[in-house]
Amino acid sequence: MNSHSLVAIDDLSRNDILAMLERARYFEQHPNSHLLDGKVVATLFFEPSTRTRLSFETAVNRLGGRVIGFSDASTSSTSKGETLKDTIKMVSNYADLIVMRHHLEGAAQYATEVTDIPIVNAGDGANQHPSQTSLDLYSLQKTQGKLDGLTITMVGDLKYGRTVHSLLMALRFFSPKFNFVSSPELRMPREYRMLCDRLGIEYHEYTDFTTSVINESDILYMTRVQRERFSDIMEYERVKNLYTLRRSMLASAKPTMKILHPLPRVNEIAQDVDDDPRAYYFQQAGNGLFARQAIITKALGIDPLK
Amino acid sequence: MNEKKTSLAVAALRGGTVIDHIPSEALFRVAHILGIENMSNAVTIGYNLPSARGARKGIIKVDGVEFDHQTLNRIAVIAPTATVNIIRDYEVVSKHPVELPDTLIGIVKCPNPKCITNNEPMATRFDVSEHDKPTLRCHYCNHTVAGADAEII
Repeated sequence: MNSHSLVAIDDLSRNDILAMLERARYFEQHPNSHLLDGKVVATLFFEPSTRTRLSFETAVNRLGGRVIGFSDASTSSTSKGETLKDTIKMVSNYADLIVMRHHLEGAAQYATEVTDIPIVNAGDGANQHPSQTSLDLYSLQKTQGKLDGLTITMVGDLKYGRTVHSLLMALRFFSPKFNFVSSPELRMPREYRMLCDRLGIEYHEYTDFTTSVINESDILYMTRVQRERFSDIMEYERVKNLYTLRRSMLASAKPTMKILHPLPRVNEIAQDVDDDPRAYYFQQAGNGLFARQAIITKALGIDPLK
Repeated sequence: MNEKKTSLAVAALRGGTVIDHIPSEALFRVAHILGIENMSNAVTIGYNLPSARGARKGIIKVDGVEFDHQTLNRIAVIAPTATVNIIRDYEVVSKHPVELPDTLIGIVKCPNPKCITNNEPMATRFDVSEHDKPTLRCHYCNHTVAGADAEII
């Protein structure tokens, strides 16, 4: 496997994460450059994801690189039955870096094993999505001025939500305190609770989404509760509005607290929250550009700080 | 009397392999991994035998065959307590527990239908933890499966 690939956030050390965030901060100040002059980046989206693809392609374009690729597997030779291995090997002849999204879990890891050019995972099914976690971490650091010692409240689908799992894994280096707010069906999985126990990370679990939990939080990380996660539709109807954030619940929240959400949001954040200065989810998505510029340059072995 | 017969039956192999201390519930899957149903050799299978270790055990004796490491590693996934005795000229020349490697390549099928390994012509790979009661984690999709529940390829 080539060492510059980014497949999972868990592969990064504390220092790797801090270095990546420093790069992202640099790119926020210098979004346009010629660092990627003469470089070709392939964006292979075997599964459509317009939001993520546009963010990656904007990142490459603003760095002066060129983009090739496809946005949907039906327009590629995958639809003719070509294996992932063959597609990756073929594209490796043309590009300096591959950014790929795939509906199958483990696809990006496998891609790193069949090519020598770096792979950046832009999401592999329900498995990993490290650029999302990178922009989440950058948003935390940017709004709170630090990553260490934050109180983070995660709300909604804590069982299937890969963003909360990856964020928890990345924050394990930074002495966090967690509040997990969910229905019992969508509780934080045992393996992550055991990890917190093992590392001495303080966490509390709640089934009620109360203002007292909100008031002690530095970060409120909201996620979507999806109907298809429930075997019992009645249960979904019962819980779906229990984990909705409304502006009235923010009356005594810290003024520095920020509300994050990986988007798209449905009804878990009421529209009236958008006007509160603590709503940060749209800026959060915007930070994705800088985080992805950091990831791309790192994968290509280009150091903008030199 | 019974005890004598049991030991006689084991010693009665001139050459071959005795796999002992197989958990009863894993016995027939072990027999399948060894490919016994397609053999013409003499094979003795014991099922639900009392064991000094408490639980019921199974035992398989195969005349004239010594199995390779790859095959024995596969047994270790579902029967980590099993022991392998190699017999030559009526003597036990080696007796050792099956060994579960830290990494299993091409041995176990991933239970996740959306895993890349179930959709590409490629070998599976699992990392093994807790070797006495193994848990296997897919190197690709990160799904975990208990060794006892693993589907052997």
